[in-house]
Amino acid sequence: MEKFEKMTAIAAPMPLINIDTDMIIPKQFLKTIKRSGLGVSAFHEMRYQMDGTENPDFVLNQDAYRNANILVAGDNFGCGSSREHAPWALLDFGVRCVISTSFADIFYNNCFKNGILPVIVTDKELNVLMQDAEKGSNARMVIDLENQLIETSDGKVINFNVDQHRKHCLINGLDDIGLTMEKAASIDMFEKHMATNAPWV
Amino acid sequence: MAPKTLYDKIWDAHVAHQGDDGTCLLYIDRHLVHEVTSPQAFEGLRMSGRKVRAPEKTIAVPDHNVPTTLDRLKGIDNEESRIQVEALDKNAREFGVVYYPVDDIRQGIVHIIGPEQGWTLPGMTIVCGDSHTATHGAFGALAHGIGTSEVEHVLATQTLIQKKSKNMRVEITGKLSEGVTAKDITLAVIGETGTAGGTGYVIEYCGEAIRSLSMEGRMTVCNMAIEGGARAGLIAPDEITFNYCEGRPNAPTGKLWNEAVRYWRTLFSDDRAHFDKTITLQGENIVPVVTWGTSPEDVLPVTATVPAANDFKGGKVNAAQRSLDYMGLTPGTRLQDVEIDAVFIGSCTNGRIEDLRAAAEIVKGKKVQDGLIAIVVPGSGLVRLQAEEEGLAEIFKQAGFEWRLAGCSMCLGMNPDQLGPQVRCASTSNRNFEGRQGRGSRTHLMSPAMAAAAAVTGKLTDVRELM
Repeated sequence: MEKFEKMTAIAAPMPLINIDTDMIIPKQFLKTIKRSGLGVSAFHEMRYQMDGTENPDFVLNQDAYRNANILVAGDNFGCGSSREHAPWALLDFGVRCVISTSFADIFYNNCFKNGILPVIVTDKELNVLMQDAEKGSNARMVIDLENQLIETSDGKVINFNVDQHRKHCLINGLDDIGLTMEKAASIDMFEKHMATNAPWV
Repeated sequence: MAPKTLYDKIWDAHVAHQGDDGTCLLYIDRHLVHEVTSPQAFEGLRMSGRKVRAPEKTIAVPDHNVPTTLDRLKGIDNEESRIQVEALDKNAREFGVVYYPVDDIRQGIVHIIGPEQGWTLPGMTIVCGDSHTATHGAFGALAHGIGTSEVEHVLATQTLIQKKSKNMRVEITGKLSEGVTAKDITLAVIGETGTAGGTGYVIEYCGEAIRSLSMEGRMTVCNMAIEGGARAGLIAPDEITFNYCEGRPNAPTGKLWNEAVRYWRTLFSDDRAHFDKTITLQGENIVPVVTWGTSPEDVLPVTATVPAANDFKGGKVNAAQRSLDYMGLTPGTRLQDVEIDAVFIGSCTNGRIEDLRAAAEIVKGKKVQDGLIAIVVPGSGLVRLQAEEEGLAEIFKQAGFEWRLAGCSMCLGMNPDQLGPQVRCASTSNRNFEGRQGRGSRTHLMSPAMAAAAAVTGKLTDVRELM
């Protein structure tokens, strides 16, 4: 996993609430057996018209936002299907940080496994960030995970909370499986205990 | 000892390791695997030279991509779908996990066959790379969806890194009226809480109306816990649960069975256990419902009219307007005047034998309206077989439904079962998201009996008028 370093980037505004993972990456793109290559299909049905051409109204098709690395989105982002193809698609597009007032649990988890930082802010803070994002490519936001803060293009600072274990893994690009493998003795012991106490499992 | 919720009890029984910050390694008793969310995980194991730690606790089945037409054993036409199913076949055999291939009569939707084969039992922890894993909570098992990175983690370590969720109690008191089903309960709850209302919680459903449900009904309720934002739904096990489990191929027998039941009887929330949030609905007040929009929270009684965007507040105003435009609905229209083009009966929400019985009961001796697409897709090969033995298949076929083979099918249309733009569908599935059943398609969620009623009249219909 790529380390998450302090970034200064363009943020795209997506004020819609309940953006579900079917919207982020529709079913036809789940047939891949790879993790890469999904960026071109991210937000497919909003982003492309029926004939395959770009929908000029969609934010990521506007010149100011084609290189956005941050999304500022409405409440309950990432709801629905557990498909990790959603963060894979965002990452492949170049998104490393999503800001919203809330995220669906599974999507939230999946982000951290892929080097994407999901940031939860208040309604008021989201309004400030949404307005900043709407300024286009001249406005760049700073995401500083180390210090747990966002800085808007005009210097407003918004602090955020993040689980310390997850922060550590993001900053250092650590893979969970390796860390868990170090606790193999605990897992062995648990299995022995279960074999005695719940042998039907 | 402090009183515990059912969730607390199952959680505590599965912590294999606890870190200083409260992060736990939760031991996983059953890992269900399907073809869509697993190939990258198996590939990850291969690349790092890792094995599946507990292949005997890992159960794989192809369900999302498989065609449901009767000629499916000739192979899958779509190349990507075929590659994905072949990858599962190869991975399952190479890593030695339990496997039900497409040509096995026991193949079906992963959340239908887990319980059917007795893999799902009370008190277990169960995960799958699929959000509808919540289904298994109906047995008093802690069950939830995970992403592919977590699938790989569970394959390699049989554990999941977790922090505990909060406890939420959803009580449905009293009795249900005629024509009201488990699907109406679960949709009514989401209508009440919203799709983010359960975020961060595990829900325990309780109350007389829940206790009166069969296992099939309980699975329908828990299946859609995720649509309310909760990772998992739970129902405490009771005699109905034990009777369902007893004699299943992978359930314990003899002395072990008795020992298991003795433990399972301890799985309930203690009096005065702490819940962070409680919601109560009166069973008598729940009516047959349908969704009108593109979020599962867009629930209304079938007797209602289409709402206007400005009936809502905040961000929902724009979202509702977008839904109305997408669904092609005009505010003020009676929902029962909305004409449909298609009917889908199936899915992990409503593809079990009781669902098919309820639908067959309504269509018996009647005809599907001319020109409708109408398919019934049993949740598993065994459900299909049983429905044929009970004469349900014949009722559906006589009425004009197509009678298909088992799979996820038109719930998400990863196989050829998709709808075209603007095609309006009465569906027993779980999500009415934009494009869910095919780009531009319009989904109205409802119970199997309601979908059957819609098939007969060609419109959204109050099933009580046909009973």
